[in-house]
Amino acid sequence: MAVSVDEAVSAGPVRDHTPPARRRGGRGRSVLEVALLAVLAVVMLFPVLWMIQTSIKENRDVYAIPAKFFDFQVTMDHFKDVFVASGGGRSALSVSFLNSVVVAGASTVLATVLGVPAAWAYSRFAVKAKKDQLFFILSTRFMPPVVVVIPIFLMYRQVGLIDTKLGLILIYAAYNLPFTIWMMKGFVDEVPAEYEDAAMLDGYTRLQAFRRFTLPLLVPGIAATAVFALIFSWNEFVFAIFLTSSDDVRTAPPAIAGLIGGTTVDWGLVAAASVVFALPVLVFAYLVRKHLVAGVTLGAVRR
Amino acid sequence: MGTVAVHGLRKSFGKVQALDGVTLDVPDGSFFVVLGPSGAGKTTTLRAIAGLEKLDAGSVHLDGRDATGDPPAARDLAMVFQNYALYPRHTAYENIASPLRARRCSSSEIAAAVEQMSRLLHIERLLQRRPAQLSGGEMQRVALARALVRRPRAFLMDEPLTNLDLKLRVEMRTELTRIHRSLGATFVYVTNDQVEALSMADQVAVLKEGKVQQVGTPTEVYERPANQWVAGFVGSPPISLLACHAEGDRLVGAEGWTLPRPRWTTAEDGRALLLGLRAEDLSVEQRGNASLPGELYGLEPLGDRTVVDVRVGTEILKVKARPTITGTPGERLLVTVDLDRAHLFDAGTGLSLSEAGR
Repeated sequence: MAVSVDEAVSAGPVRDHTPPARRRGGRGRSVLEVALLAVLAVVMLFPVLWMIQTSIKENRDVYAIPAKFFDFQVTMDHFKDVFVASGGGRSALSVSFLNSVVVAGASTVLATVLGVPAAWAYSRFAVKAKKDQLFFILSTRFMPPVVVVIPIFLMYRQVGLIDTKLGLILIYAAYNLPFTIWMMKGFVDEVPAEYEDAAMLDGYTRLQAFRRFTLPLLVPGIAATAVFALIFSWNEFVFAIFLTSSDDVRTAPPAIAGLIGGTTVDWGLVAAASVVFALPVLVFAYLVRKHLVAGVTLGAVRR
Repeated sequence: MGTVAVHGLRKSFGKVQALDGVTLDVPDGSFFVVLGPSGAGKTTTLRAIAGLEKLDAGSVHLDGRDATGDPPAARDLAMVFQNYALYPRHTAYENIASPLRARRCSSSEIAAAVEQMSRLLHIERLLQRRPAQLSGGEMQRVALARALVRRPRAFLMDEPLTNLDLKLRVEMRTELTRIHRSLGATFVYVTNDQVEALSMADQVAVLKEGKVQQVGTPTEVYERPANQWVAGFVGSPPISLLACHAEGDRLVGAEGWTLPRPRWTTAEDGRALLLGLRAEDLSVEQRGNASLPGELYGLEPLGDRTVVDVRVGTEILKVKARPTITGTPGERLLVTVDLDRAHLFDAGTGLSLSEAGR
């Protein structure tokens, strides 16, 4: 678990670093700075470049020694193989991508729908032993998935959730909920409670006050939180490989991993599948990048 | 109608007892000021009336009806917050319209009401702006308009002028008094500024550490403070308090001075007392039959007057004097005391002993 979170967190800065290095290069940065950033970018991005290259190389170029960096035959066949089965029709990989979309999306929505009101409640109301409760909530994330996956496997088998998308959705939502509550509580704390007080005196109920006046101010925070939850669910591997087995339930990470380990490994297909797997998260994070840093309040309260 | 009554309000935040049995009775149509230093429980009292604070004990009655458990929306009150609490994503117009929208008024009614309010408060040109585009004074007016746009039972105001600069504050003081008079509505107004309290209030309640110290008209609170603390809090410069005791027909100070015993006091001989003297009841320029010897400690010119600090023994007396007065520190002088206007407090309990004889 901790590894996944770190990945999710560190993935952001890595992506964000490189474009500014290029952009700011034009605005009078020192040569040394540009050089250092360029080196850093190459080091950080080399595996990514390698993956992208492999995904568009002909098979004989993939296995060529020495490796061909520039002069190779470009092909889209690997990407076709990701989505279309060899005999025609939908491939197992494309089903797993669809499963990933469903599982990651649904678990993120669930965690957000439950987590945002919880965060609001913890921020606004006097709750007994609030700190202890919040610590308890967070503590459920201290345990890495590998540690809890066996008991969860046994419980899931009892209630018939093993090898179901619902099972994955529930466990991902449960894992994302503490994070959502903690991160959203920070955002709710930033929104002055007076807006809701004023709204209640205007004649709204507490929930109306929250929905009409606080919630719109939380949208950037919710977007940021949801992206992190989505990235976790999308990338999650351990639960997915233990709790699912059939092709029509399996999500992309175990499905891609499953491509490696036969007598021959189709590296072109693995690389193409990885590129497809990485794209949605990249795009999504890019779309909400300004929300990731945006301030929440617009400043009508003098402090 | 618009009476507000709270009885025995108690509220603690953790170990802090914010309200410790606050009982207040706000008559219909009055400008009722709750005055106290920060941390006295003023805002908590107001929030309790508004229904924003869950009480440990006590009751809130609105128009004679028990409203203790009612949600804020059901209480029919309007409030101006110290920080204005204008909705940041709404224009000034929408902010003012909000209470009417909550009550599902038609848009023509809303437009008419908002227009009327904006004329009353001179904010016609600001209606399409958002709070971030408004100055402090403008935000304050919009917040006021949002409260005044309805005719609620009572208006609650939580230090609405505190964040304004001095000039604007003085202006708004007059304006609020004018609005109050023209509406004839009940105002409950919280402030830590005694000038606001004395200049605007029909009734003042002085609060300290969650307890009501005194309720009365501004004159009563100033002229007849119920205890030593109220005497010290209300009035500027603060009242001077001298330790003394009565001895026959004399008051003998701890610093060795003597004054004729005021006729009105009934304090028995030897009881530890505090003599309270306001700056305007003392003089270094006139002679009288009761005076204290001291030496000049410092001069504080304030434009229209000068406050003279006179050291009597180890205690400092604040004396009001003409702005033209001069002197050198250390100079000996006599302070004439108007004993008819002096106050005596029990040094132990702090309670006023002046009332009985007057």
